[in-house]
Amino acid sequence: MIEWLELLRRTFLDFEAMWLVFPQMLGTGLKNTLIISIAATLIGVVLGMLVAIMGISRSAWLRLPARVYTDIFRGLPAILTILLIGQGLARFSQSIFGPSPYPLGILALSLIASAYMGEIFRAGILGVDKGQLEACRALGMSYARAMRLVVVPQGVRRVLPALVNQFIAIVKDSSLVYFLGLLVSERELFRVGQDAAVLTGNLSPLVLAGAFYMAITVPLTHLVNYIDNRFRTGRRPAAPTSGLKEVHEMDLKVSPRVHGENT
Amino acid sequence: MSAPTTSATTEPPTYKGSSLDLIDLWMAYGEFEVIRNVTIHVPAGTTTCVIGPSGSGKSTLLRGVNRLHEPKSGDVLIAGDSALKVQPDRLRQRIGMVFQHFNLFPDHTALENVALALRKVKGVPKEQALHFARERLDEVGLGDRADHRPRDLSGGQQQRVAIARALAMEPEIMLFDEVTSALDPELVKGVLNLMASLARRGMTMVVVTHEMNFARRVADQVVFMDEGEVVEAGPPAQLFDDPQSQRLRAFLSEVL
Repeated sequence: MIEWLELLRRTFLDFEAMWLVFPQMLGTGLKNTLIISIAATLIGVVLGMLVAIMGISRSAWLRLPARVYTDIFRGLPAILTILLIGQGLARFSQSIFGPSPYPLGILALSLIASAYMGEIFRAGILGVDKGQLEACRALGMSYARAMRLVVVPQGVRRVLPALVNQFIAIVKDSSLVYFLGLLVSERELFRVGQDAAVLTGNLSPLVLAGAFYMAITVPLTHLVNYIDNRFRTGRRPAAPTSGLKEVHEMDLKVSPRVHGENT
Repeated sequence: MSAPTTSATTEPPTYKGSSLDLIDLWMAYGEFEVIRNVTIHVPAGTTTCVIGPSGSGKSTLLRGVNRLHEPKSGDVLIAGDSALKVQPDRLRQRIGMVFQHFNLFPDHTALENVALALRKVKGVPKEQALHFARERLDEVGLGDRADHRPRDLSGGQQQRVAIARALAMEPEIMLFDEVTSALDPELVKGVLNLMASLARRGMTMVVVTHEMNFARRVADQVVFMDEGEVVEAGPPAQLFDDPQSQRLRAFLSEVL
């Protein structure tokens, strides 16, 4: 029984093996995972916003491509997209970025991320009360300016938690880039752990990689909950209003639609 | 506001309202005609109240004036010029609109709400816009709430900020779309009094409302609409005390 436990410990929690790979995990793995994830997220946000704006357009010529794009990159397994892009575009990429598949890995992750983020942004923007756009237009703002100054910022704010969730997904999916075959210095967390595991015949380096992933994702998960709560409950207690009646009135305003819509 | 203010802020400004004419106006949602052959003349500096049952097309009519909803046919004249021949965004700078649900920008303070369009649409420099916006807030009695966000204001205060926001653009005509319908009864009076004072000071106003006392007290003309048509129009005393049509009599007996 004791031996059995000891075997388990050596397989998963061999601290010596972990210690050996720790510098690489920190200096190479974590660095690359963060570079890949953050780059993919930034590109994904920009592309995603574009897809969202196209997706809510009144013109079918903008809506349709956005729809198809979203369906493709949301509908395919991430690994398939990464392989198709990473290998299929290798030749083009070579002339610009050199032989490394790293940029293509980022691109593939960005495309996947943008499809999800496009849907997140779209939902957020559509969730903004249509009276906001109407008020802007009535003041003489163009559609584009009203969206940029008033509607989109409100839409983005309400989907911040979903965006953080999406970043967490990207951090985890960044491990798939290893399929493209990375240079030693380009290895991300999973690949560093995997290489060490193969070398030592011991899974502990992978467990360490897992600990690194969780060091990123778990705090973010809690950040999401925190943001979510803050937005649900409102930022701070309402500043002094005069008298109970007005407070009562503010409670009612949560669902102003009960007063009925006019024509 | 520590420095002694000039007479401009203490003395109520006088607005220069323009005349508004709706001529044979038709409006539709797809095939469904909501406004049918409506003709209304609103002389400069006067107030017209539009009353009628829900679904009679009152709000749609207002949206036809500033083309938030594009009219199907007919014409809208502002000071004699066709509103349908100019750019909608330019037209809307001349027409202020206030909504039932206020539609203030929630992440901006009251002051920023009033200043935003001044800066972004009229291109007024920030400092100047904020100064002007503060004057408008003073004008609606909310100078001390300039830094509050909408959620920290009562419904009545929010609606007054919305009126200040519209006034800041120096409109020639103000449209009010059931602006007190979402307010608690005790907050209605403040908003109506503000509107009455605008009317007294020469603003041209079209007010869609269920407040019959306001219509009787403030309106120069009352228009009764039903099913997208003007059924009766005239001075308040005539409509309220001597209704001609069966439909208006039925409506008044419901609401009074």
